[in-house]
Amino acid sequence: MADAVFRAEGIGKSYPGVRANDDVSFHVAPGEIHALLGENGAGKSTLVKMIYGLVQPDDGQMFLNGESHRPGDPRAARAAGVAMVFQHFSLFDAMTVAENIALGMENPPPRRALSARITKVSHDFGLPLDPARRVVTLSAGERQRVEIIRCLLQDPRLLIMDEPTSVLTPQEAELLFETLRKLADRGTAILYISHKLEEIRSHCDSATILRHGCVVDSCDPRAHSARELAAMMVGGEMRRIDRSGRRTGPVLLEVSGLSLPAPNAEGTALKSVNLTLRAGEILGIGGVAGNGQDELLAALSGEMRSQPGAITLEGRDLSAASPQARRVAGLLAAPEDRLGHAAVPDFSLTENTLLTAGRRKSLVRRGLIDRGAARAYAEEIIRVFDVRTPGPGTAARALSGGNLQKFVIGREVLQSPRVLVVNQPTWGVDAGAATAVRQSLLDLARQGAGIIVISQDLDELLELSDRFCALNEGRLSDPRPTENLGIDEIGLLLGGAHGMEVAQI
Amino acid sequence: MIDPLSVFLLLVAAATPILFAALGELVVERAGVLNLGVEGMMIAGALSGFAAAHATGNPFVGFLAAAVGGAAISLLFALLTQVLLANQVASGLALTLFGLGLAALFGKPLEGIKAPSMTAGPLGISWIVWLGLAMVPLIWWFLNRSRAGLILRGVGENHDAAHALGYPVHLVRGAAIAFGGAMAGVGGAFISIATVLQWTEGMTAGAGWIALAIVVFSNWTAVGVLAGAWLFGGVTVLQLRLQAAGIKVPVQLLSMAPYLATIIVLVLISARQKFSRRAGGAAPGSLGQNFHALR
Amino acid sequence: MIRLVPRTENSAAWQLATPLLAVLATMVAGGTLFAIMGHDPFAAIRTIFWDPIFGAASGYSRPQLLVKAAPLILIASGLAIGFRAGIWNIGAEGQYIIGGVTGAAVALAAYPAEGMWIFPAMVLAGALGGWAWGMVPALLRNWFGASEILVSLMLVYVAQKVAAWMAFGPMKNPEGFGFPGSRNLQQYPAAANPELVAGTGAHWGVVAAAVAVLATWFLMSRHIRGFHIRAAGLAPRAARFAGVRPQTLVAFCLGLSGALAGMAGLFEAAGPAGQITDKFGTGYGFTAIIVAFLGRLHPVGILLAGLLLALTYIGGELAQLTLQLPAATVQVFQGMLLFFLLGFDLLTRFRIARRITA
Repeated sequence: MADAVFRAEGIGKSYPGVRANDDVSFHVAPGEIHALLGENGAGKSTLVKMIYGLVQPDDGQMFLNGESHRPGDPRAARAAGVAMVFQHFSLFDAMTVAENIALGMENPPPRRALSARITKVSHDFGLPLDPARRVVTLSAGERQRVEIIRCLLQDPRLLIMDEPTSVLTPQEAELLFETLRKLADRGTAILYISHKLEEIRSHCDSATILRHGCVVDSCDPRAHSARELAAMMVGGEMRRIDRSGRRTGPVLLEVSGLSLPAPNAEGTALKSVNLTLRAGEILGIGGVAGNGQDELLAALSGEMRSQPGAITLEGRDLSAASPQARRVAGLLAAPEDRLGHAAVPDFSLTENTLLTAGRRKSLVRRGLIDRGAARAYAEEIIRVFDVRTPGPGTAARALSGGNLQKFVIGREVLQSPRVLVVNQPTWGVDAGAATAVRQSLLDLARQGAGIIVISQDLDELLELSDRFCALNEGRLSDPRPTENLGIDEIGLLLGGAHGMEVAQI
Repeated sequence: MIDPLSVFLLLVAAATPILFAALGELVVERAGVLNLGVEGMMIAGALSGFAAAHATGNPFVGFLAAAVGGAAISLLFALLTQVLLANQVASGLALTLFGLGLAALFGKPLEGIKAPSMTAGPLGISWIVWLGLAMVPLIWWFLNRSRAGLILRGVGENHDAAHALGYPVHLVRGAAIAFGGAMAGVGGAFISIATVLQWTEGMTAGAGWIALAIVVFSNWTAVGVLAGAWLFGGVTVLQLRLQAAGIKVPVQLLSMAPYLATIIVLVLISARQKFSRRAGGAAPGSLGQNFHALR
Repeated sequence: MIRLVPRTENSAAWQLATPLLAVLATMVAGGTLFAIMGHDPFAAIRTIFWDPIFGAASGYSRPQLLVKAAPLILIASGLAIGFRAGIWNIGAEGQYIIGGVTGAAVALAAYPAEGMWIFPAMVLAGALGGWAWGMVPALLRNWFGASEILVSLMLVYVAQKVAAWMAFGPMKNPEGFGFPGSRNLQQYPAAANPELVAGTGAHWGVVAAAVAVLATWFLMSRHIRGFHIRAAGLAPRAARFAGVRPQTLVAFCLGLSGALAGMAGLFEAAGPAGQITDKFGTGYGFTAIIVAFLGRLHPVGILLAGLLLALTYIGGELAQLTLQLPAATVQVFQGMLLFFLLGFDLLTRFRIARRITA
């Protein structure tokens, strides 16, 4: 154990009102891919931020190669041999690949030499990159390569990967693991953070499981089933959801030939999207982030208007209708970003009901706000959806992710929509809330509504939807029945590996 | 007979105050900060520079004092936005209003005094004009070739990422704000020491706001700032020439020209940035947003 | 070590306390400034903040309070709506000047006719002039994406030149013995904006300001449009999701604040100022920005803040007369007030906590 690359002993960290980490101990051996497994909010991020010097621990000690490791800032951590690939990329869009990499290094070589090294290392690892390209023009997979190359150029002794596969197709993820395995074979220790059980089971050598900031178990993930790992992570059996009792009815929503230009430089154009949705049906739309999900939701919610005939609800053309008019007609939506899109963070829950439910729930009449009615509706959502909050007067941003998501979904579901479109309904939400949200969608479908679930979580899509289609670079594939659909087939639907090469060293 | 060279030199001189202020603001905005207080920093520089030049009899000491004065007052803005996390638009406005008032208050005793004369540089134009021209390649080099400039652009492009990589966002921004203040101060002093040759209340007359527009016009590049400043200088010289030629248009209407030209240029450039495919690509990603590290 | 912790909800108590703290801090800092300049700080503060209402000359200065506060409140009510939505009209001074010019133009065109219609027509023309001047930045932003901050500000300078041109050219009083400036509307009964109740200073502008406070309060707290405006300022994407069109909002906010500033300009031109001169704009449009912030962008707050800043104007004039303080003192005071307010604002959004150390 003395030869561990990294060792943590009794690490603790408190924030006002929260014990983020408590007495956390684990170690990572050279050449080991070590998983750090836990739910959202289990304390994984805080822990790696301490290793990378962004946050300082209150108690305990860390050791890197046997020496005390207590970095005051990320630069000190990098100097000590720690590198990190962030979950939300720490990249600078308007800058070139080379500039981005230079910013992540302590003493970058001169520009030309750096470019040459980037080209060489990226080819050695089978991750080709043009150092002169601007990051804004790269795909999600290519952006991650920038982060990885940035780390590799520093010959790290410990590489931290924070949920790296959440933006990758299954094929891209496979390639990533091949790269990581090569790196591990050279003796680098890798700390791999995820809540995806299958990939940890098939690729990691050992795992430390965190719950509520504490280590609850350490194990060899290959020796356990995904169900067992999930039980350790959540603490108890997961509640199964009830898919029974649904019948599909007539066509409710028809989208035909929907094309829209990209709303901005970072956006994706929608290219001739077609779909039909029947009553009682759940249509799952998968895809890697940034392939038109936000744009599709905006086109359906009315935030972006489309050409005549593109969107019809029960025979009515809603292509040019405003969001309000669509809600009156029964087409409702819940966007991905809870804070700032689906809800106004600084508004109370009562005020947030007025964003979408004004007309259907008669909270606004002739332009005048009925505050009592809005408050009563907020209370109804809180009660029916078990939203944990002091009351309807609480600001939306004071709620946890899971509770706010339950509120946002509840606000739409309780308006009894004909069609509901949701984007990433359980992203960043704890397991209990995720189950509740999924069940409420199934219940709504059982009552005869049509539902479109846009998600990057394939397990979620396979669990919920009757038919599945994939969104890739703004194009929607033909739908397939979800039953008997394999993960490889889905991967191909999602656009394959975006031209990644297999590593060649 | 109009000599083209002398007209050009007039234009370059007329552009100098705006060039300094806009180059300073360029660096500030590339660090992700929108400082609307340029007008206030310019007037502070115009006064402190004039006062120092008058007291010492040396205009160059005046320009040095103007840089210090501009930087000093800009630190109020830095304190508000970087330490106290106040809204940048409102704080910039406050800086302008405060600077104009403060300068009017302390400038009273200096009214009616003539500025000490300055020795001209090559081609008979001021050394300060040459300094302004030299700042263009210097700032270009700093932003595009130096390590510090790379970090500054990183902070302006994505402050969360810069913080995650361990760069001190507030410190970088504070330094940029102070530099912008010093540059605006020198620009303001050029008006009082080298152009008008005396102190009058409110003498910057919107030059700071025009500098802000020119940064937009420049698409956030140093060369673009030079082009914008010269364009503005050209309009000013032309307008003065027309006035002198006794053209049959009221003086008040002619003197609108710089402001109207600024609006027109702003509209054209905004339209180009709006409708081009790489929309807004040049504006720093975090421009105008405050940074507060959560946890 | 001290650190900032974001509050989960803005503190209502600090919302009320920070403007008061800012006023106190301004008095302390201002007093220090006076002491440095060689004046008695206590006498200066008393002269500015106390004497106009309770002092020996209060008979003259008390009515001035409403005269000065009315344009500030009227303009700030409109500005605050835009500021709430993140739409920065900082060219109210220009809209004020143009409103004065267009309103006065109606009167001068009608001169010397008499009629009940003249004054209402002037008010309408003033509002329309200010509205049009405010719509320029609105449309340029909507069509081309030009910054409304810079365009509205540039238009202040253009408006000043327009007023000067009018005063020296088209509107020059033919019976004015060659002096620049229009006819004095105070001496033209059909167009004058007189004191309605003797000794109060209340003219039609005061009535309009009171109506504006009530109307904006109703809009912002009871009407769905006010809700949308607040949502757009706090979370633009959420507002679009709710069905707000940003372009509509930009035009509404800049148009409304322009119209209110234009009306304020007309009431001034037909009342206290009496005429259009090249010095018609006296900075109400800029001071109103401070009023809006000091009033926390809330109609009632704006009412109080408008009265306070009117007090500094009058007090400043008084201090000029009695203590020979320079006129710019007031400007410095107002700038400091805004600085302190923005600084103390931190306390409404963050808690100050001691860092927990091991």
